[in-house]
Parts: sequence; C-alpha cells; structure tokens
Amino acid sequence: MFGRKSFRGGVHPPEHKHLTQNKPIVTLPTPLRVVIPLSQHTGSPCRAIVAVGDEVNEGQKIGESTGFVSAPVHASIAGTVVAVESRPHPVLAFPVPSVVIESKPDATAATAAWTKNIDWRTLTAESIKDKIKEAGIVGMGGAAFPTHVKLSPPPGKTIRALLVNGAECEPYLTTDHRLMLERSDEILEGVLILLKALDIKTAVIGIEKNKTDAADLLREKIRRKEAAGEIAGDESVRVATLKVKYPQGAEKQLIKALLGREVPSGGLPFEVGVVVQNVGTAFAVYEAVVKDKPLIERVVTVSGDAVAEPANVLVRIGTSFRDLLAFAGGVTGSDGAAAAGVEVPGAEAQGVEVSSAKTAGPAEGAAPAEKPRAGYKMIMGGPMMGLAQYTLDAPVIKGTSGFLVLKQGDTKPSVACVKCGACVDRCPAGLMPYQLGNLSERNDFAACAEFNVKDCMECGVCSFVCPSARPLVHLIKYAKLNLAKQKK
Amino acid sequence: MMKSEKRSITSASAPYIAEGAGIRTVMWTVSACLVPALAWGLAVFGARAILVVATALAGAVLTELAANAIRGKVTVGDGSAFLTGLVIGMSLPPAAPVYVPLCASVFAVAVVKHASGGLGANWMNPAMAGRVFALLSFPAAMSAWIAPATIAEGAGPSFDALSGATPLSVVKTTVSSIGAGAASQEAAASALRSLGGPAALMAVHHYPVTAFDGQLSKWLGGLFGVNVRPGYFDLFFGNTAGSIGEISVFLLLVGAAVLLARKIISWEIPAALLGTFALLTWVFGGVPFATGLFQGDVLFHLFSGGIVFCAFFIATDYVSGPLTRPGKIVFGAGVGLIAFLIRAAGILPEGASVAIIVMNMFVPLIDRFLRPKRTVIAREKTT
Repeated sequence: MFGRKSFRGGVHPPEHKHLTQNKPIVTLPTPLRVVIPLSQHTGSPCRAIVAVGDEVNEGQKIGESTGFVSAPVHASIAGTVVAVESRPHPVLAFPVPSVVIESKPDATAATAAWTKNIDWRTLTAESIKDKIKEAGIVGMGGAAFPTHVKLSPPPGKTIRALLVNGAECEPYLTTDHRLMLERSDEILEGVLILLKALDIKTAVIGIEKNKTDAADLLREKIRRKEAAGEIAGDESVRVATLKVKYPQGAEKQLIKALLGREVPSGGLPFEVGVVVQNVGTAFAVYEAVVKDKPLIERVVTVSGDAVAEPANVLVRIGTSFRDLLAFAGGVTGSDGAAAAGVEVPGAEAQGVEVSSAKTAGPAEGAAPAEKPRAGYKMIMGGPMMGLAQYTLDAPVIKGTSGFLVLKQGDTKPSVACVKCGACVDRCPAGLMPYQLGNLSERNDFAACAEFNVKDCMECGVCSFVCPSARPLVHLIKYAKLNLAKQKK
Repeated sequence: MMKSEKRSITSASAPYIAEGAGIRTVMWTVSACLVPALAWGLAVFGARAILVVATALAGAVLTELAANAIRGKVTVGDGSAFLTGLVIGMSLPPAAPVYVPLCASVFAVAVVKHASGGLGANWMNPAMAGRVFALLSFPAAMSAWIAPATIAEGAGPSFDALSGATPLSVVKTTVSSIGAGAASQEAAASALRSLGGPAALMAVHHYPVTAFDGQLSKWLGGLFGVNVRPGYFDLFFGNTAGSIGEISVFLLLVGAAVLLARKIISWEIPAALLGTFALLTWVFGGVPFATGLFQGDVLFHLFSGGIVFCAFFIATDYVSGPLTRPGKIVFGAGVGLIAFLIRAAGILPEGASVAIIVMNMFVPLIDRFLRPKRTVIAREKTT
C-alpha cells in the first residue's frame, strides 16, 4: 500500500521542471502600463473606486469587494488611471471590466519600499483575517478562492489542521518550488500567522518527492524556529513528502494523501476539519500581515519548449503576457517569433493565436482578431489544467501560476472510444469519464448528473491517457454548463 | 459566477499534453505480439495453415475497406480489422477449407463490427463471433486438424498426419466411448479410473511424444527425483495438434508478457480467467475419470486447447469487455467458468470462443453494477 502519501488513480506526465527549477526568481522591471481586471477571483467581481484621470499610489485599493466571497484589487504600480473599461481576461472568455494604469516613463516616483515590520503575535485572529481580506489575498495555486473565506469556517465546524500545499504537481511550473527555496522563512511565518488566524496548533506542509531540496530546507528552518521558541511547544509544524503523481496538489487528493480523510461529495475541506492553503498564499499572507503589503505581485513560471529563456519571474499583477514573454526572450526559432507575432519589448504585433480551430475570435474591446495560427499554444497555468490564451494582451492576475508557450505537436485526431478503461482506471475521482463523455456528446445531461458529473474536478487525467484522444474534459465541462443552465 | 463553463465553448479545454500510445499503436502492438505464436503454427503446419491465415487476413481487411467505402470513412489503418483477421486465422484448424476463414472474417468485420457502428460500437468480440459463426455453419470443417511437423516426423508410418486429433478431442471421444462401450456403469468407472487422467489416456492411445519432450521430462524427473509423465513439454511448447495460433503456450506467454509490460492489457482478465479455470479443473477435472474431487490435471488443461490464447489475447479485447477493475475480474472468472463447463460437460472438446460471446452479453450489466468506488470531490462552491 502507498499508505497515506497518495490517492487513487492519477498519472505521471513528463515534468519538464528542469527548464526552470534551478533558476532563481528574477524581478520583472516595473512595467509602464498595467491592466488590472476587477474580477480575479472565484466570487463576485469588484466595483471600481477610481476614475479616469485619478493618480494612484502603488498598493492603493482601486476595486472594492462587493460581497463576502470577493477580494479587493490594488494598484500594482504608481501612476494615472487612463481607462476603466472591458479588457481581455486570461480566464473569462469575454472582456472584463478592468482598471488601466500608466506611469510616466520619467517618473522618479520610487516603488514603494514595504519596509514595515509588524509584530503579528500582538494581533488578534480577527484582525489578521481583516488584514488578509483587505490585502486582496486569494488562493495562489490557481483557483483564486478568497483566502479570508477559507479562514472562516461555517459555525459548528471545528478545524483541526492546516495543510500547506507545496505539491506543485503540474508539469513545467516551479513557482512554489522556488518560493520555498528562496522565501522559506517568510513562508513559515505565514504558516504560523495562518495557524493563529485559525486558532489551531497543527500544520502539515505537503511537498512532492521531486522537491526534496525544498523539503529539507523547510525542515531545517522549522528546527531552528523550534529551537528559538518561535514555534510554541504546543504547536506542530511538519513537512510531509508526497509521491510524485498528478493531481497530487488537488485539494481533496492532498487531504486524502496526507490525512487519509475523504471529503464528502459536494463538500468542502471544512467537513473533515481541514483548511488547505498554498505555499504561495502563505507567503502572501506574511507580506500582508507583517509588511502591510497588498497582493500586487506574484511569482510566475514562464516556460515551455517554445520559450527562449524560461524563467521564474516576480511580476506585478496586471502586466501583460506580452511583456512577460518578451522578458523571457520571446518565442524560440528563427522565424518562430515572427510567425507567432511576438517581438521583443514594445512590440505592436497582435497576439499569438491559439491553434485550436474551436477558438472564437476575441470579442469587442479586445485586440483585432487574427486568424488562428498553427504551431504554438499559449497557456496560463500548467498544461494539464491551464487555460489556452487567445491574446497576449491578457494580463497576469492573482491566480497566474505560470505562462507557457508550447510548440504544438502533431495532435492525434479524436477517434471513437474503444472502452479501453484507461480513464476509469486513472480517474482520481473514481468516475467513469468515457461514459460521461459519450452521454454529453448525446446531450443526455440528466444521465451525466446521475453519474456524478459534478464530482469531476477537471484535472485532465482522462483526456491525457485516452488513446482515442477523446476531448473528455471538454465534453464534461459542456455537460456541467448545460446542467447549470437547466437549473436557472 | 464561475469561470470554467464559459471558456469551454470558446477554446479547446486542457489538458494540452497527452500520453503517447494511440489506438493504432495498441492494435499493431497486439498483432506484433501474436507473431511468435503465429510463426510457430505456420512453420509446423505448413502451407495449408498459411492459406488459412492469409484468407482470414484478406477477408477481414477487404471487408473493412468495403465498409469504409460504403460509410465514407477510412479506418482500415487503425489496425483493428487486421487484428480481427489475425485472431480468426490463428483460432482455426490448420486444414480448414478456405471458405471457413473467409466466412468467419467477413461475418466478423461486416456484421459484428460495422453493422453495429464500427470500432468501439460492437458488443460482441468480432473475431470470436466470426469463429462461432463458422463453428455452427461448418462443424466438420472446424475439426480439420493435422499433426504438426514436429510430431508427425517422429511418429512413424502408423501415425496419420491428416487425422491427428487434438489432445482435447482424443480425451473427450475416448472417455465417452468407454462410457458407451462398457457393460455397466461400474465397469466404465473402473476402466476410466485405471486410466487415471488425460495425460495417461494420451499415452495409452500412443499419442506421439517428441524426443525433445522425452528428454526434458527425464531431466526434470531426475532433478527432483520424481516420475514426470511425458507429454507436458510438447503441450507447452506447441508440439501438438490444434488451432494454428493456440498450440505454443510458451510463445503466447512471451507475447503476453510484452503486452502486460507495455500496459496494453491489464492482469485482471487473464488472471481471473485462468485462475477460475485452473481452480475448477483441479477440483472437478478428475470426475470424468472417476477419481473423485481435487484430482484434476490442471497443467494438461491449461496447456492444451486455446485457453491461454483466449485469456491474454481475446478476452482482453477492449471494446467488448468491461471497463472497471472489479468488472474485469467478474468477466474473466465468467469466461473461465463457462470454458471449463464446456470442456468438462459439453459436446464440443472446448469452447473458449462460446464462453467469450456469452460473457460479452453480461458486460452492460457488469459495467452497470460494478462501478469504481467514488472518491468524492467537488469544485469549490461559491456561496
């Protein structure tokens, strides 16, 4: 048995992490222009509280949350608001209200220093949660669920443990890995702050076995903190090594692997007394609580076999993928960059187009549509669960863990399902994806619901293993969309 | 508001990477893994066997091409029709007249596969359906056995190569003739008991054994100080009469090992099938010889007939089998049970092909009730 360190099903895709895992985090020069979407999280969008012409400071709140499940957004550079309008968004398929800020090239307006050093131990749990909420912190692993909501269990639920997710199971991505190596003290402080906010004593940091350097470093730092009395005697912070298997970093899989507990269908980790936070989130919590710094920048892995100089980059929220890709040397190949419409900084070229034939052209307000070009695929996030991008004008948002440009290999044509059972065997949720795909294709959504389509987390394992190259995740999303419509 | 649903209709969904093997690779790899056993069968049975296999292949591939032309979709390259033809050819007697493989292949590809909608849509195993179709249509032609060159050579002039019966048919006819010929039931029982088992029965009937087997048996007997009855090595390595591709258990296992190692087939169906079959043979296999329970000759039955061929290469067909792990175990056990019942009590010497068709009928039921255990996961709720 694999004991508690793994879960059912899963796959081990080629990691490709060697491209960036040994590259220290570098800071992208402050861009002259940022586009900050008012919706960067799971939940209700923000309302803009600045207008065109307003001068804003770095870190100033520019969008106010409109509900409990929401997180405010802040200016990531100092400058002038030049537009509040709909702009392309990396997650939503339509342009989304955004605040555009430009700084003057000659502005000596130094970037904020964020030198505060607040003693968080003097704060109450409530004030910590307030600071986290005000800083606009959301889950940094990609789901972008507002953190303060996760820290507020519904009445009657007792939280016993904090799981810190350092699994980073998606291929290519190394942001969490680098952060753990370079900001280990801050992450551990963040973990202790989260323990205080939750009023609990136990935290487990789960790290996949391919990052033993990070695990060893954190263990060493924990020992030092224990010796120094910074981790109280009744507190327990430990590092657990996990099997390298996708999707190890999925919340419920992580809980299963680390604690052996299963979250009931439709339930949240609260149900089994657990809160899960990403290591990147722990770092952001540290900056928010100790330095009073809102979430205005994050680490993004820029990688892929078509990127000239893959890197781990500290980026201001709102920086365009165009600036980010240019910083990483653009697209490789003699005619590659030209063909993809990517040039080195200041390029006016239009975006690289997704090579999928299904891609709709960008809607109004976006860059003028070009015909899809074969050859490259641009993805925000990892290749298993990330989102294809139709324009380089879309900005880095709080949930952007990576930006990949992949050479599009020969894609296998989708053929009939031969019922080989590979998807059933590997599905971490224990579903029968081939059947959901067939039912969805026939528009039999009621049957999809009966076969628990809602329990699918869209991890992509089924499509990944399918020898017939069936677009199973796509069909499952289609079924979910139609079920949601029927409910209305 | 939730994001995922909206993007699904405007851009192709993740994942953007995929694992290597496609259907084509799977089909051609299975075919390649059958080649060693096929080559052995063709070598020892000669020109007539080559004609049978070539006809089966041509029948299947040409029927696929015709179906492609009618349906306006070219699928012949996926290798599934080739594999069907290959399995049919290998499952037929080496001296079968050419209309047998031809009818079996055409029926398999045209009726069983394409009439139900093509690859992926058929509920019966096409190759086995084609074989059963031939079995019912041409029962005499389906026992056109010949002895392999390896035993016919050493058997002397008294052994007729053309009428070389298979070990299983020798056992079945002998047992029933003793039963019919005896004066009383007790006399029949004692006559059978004196035989002891199928291997002894073969020896009594002077079923030829190669010098290779004789030496190996002697060596093994000497090594462990026991008396090893000759004949098992001939059965295992393929010096015996039978269908073209089924006789060399050894070479079939070599191919099966490759399929298992490459994860093209999984262990559940072969293990459950052979396990059930062996267990039942051990428990009840002695009954026809009146030696009581737990006296069955497991090795004789595993090594003779087409049970190994069936377990690794036919019962593991994706399309007509179940999908879940527990389902595969039930399916395999069912095939093993029915195959045993036909051998032990049926009119036919063996019936793995019939067993598979019967269990194919249970697949929808198996898939309905033996579902994987759901580990319950849901997306974050937004409210």
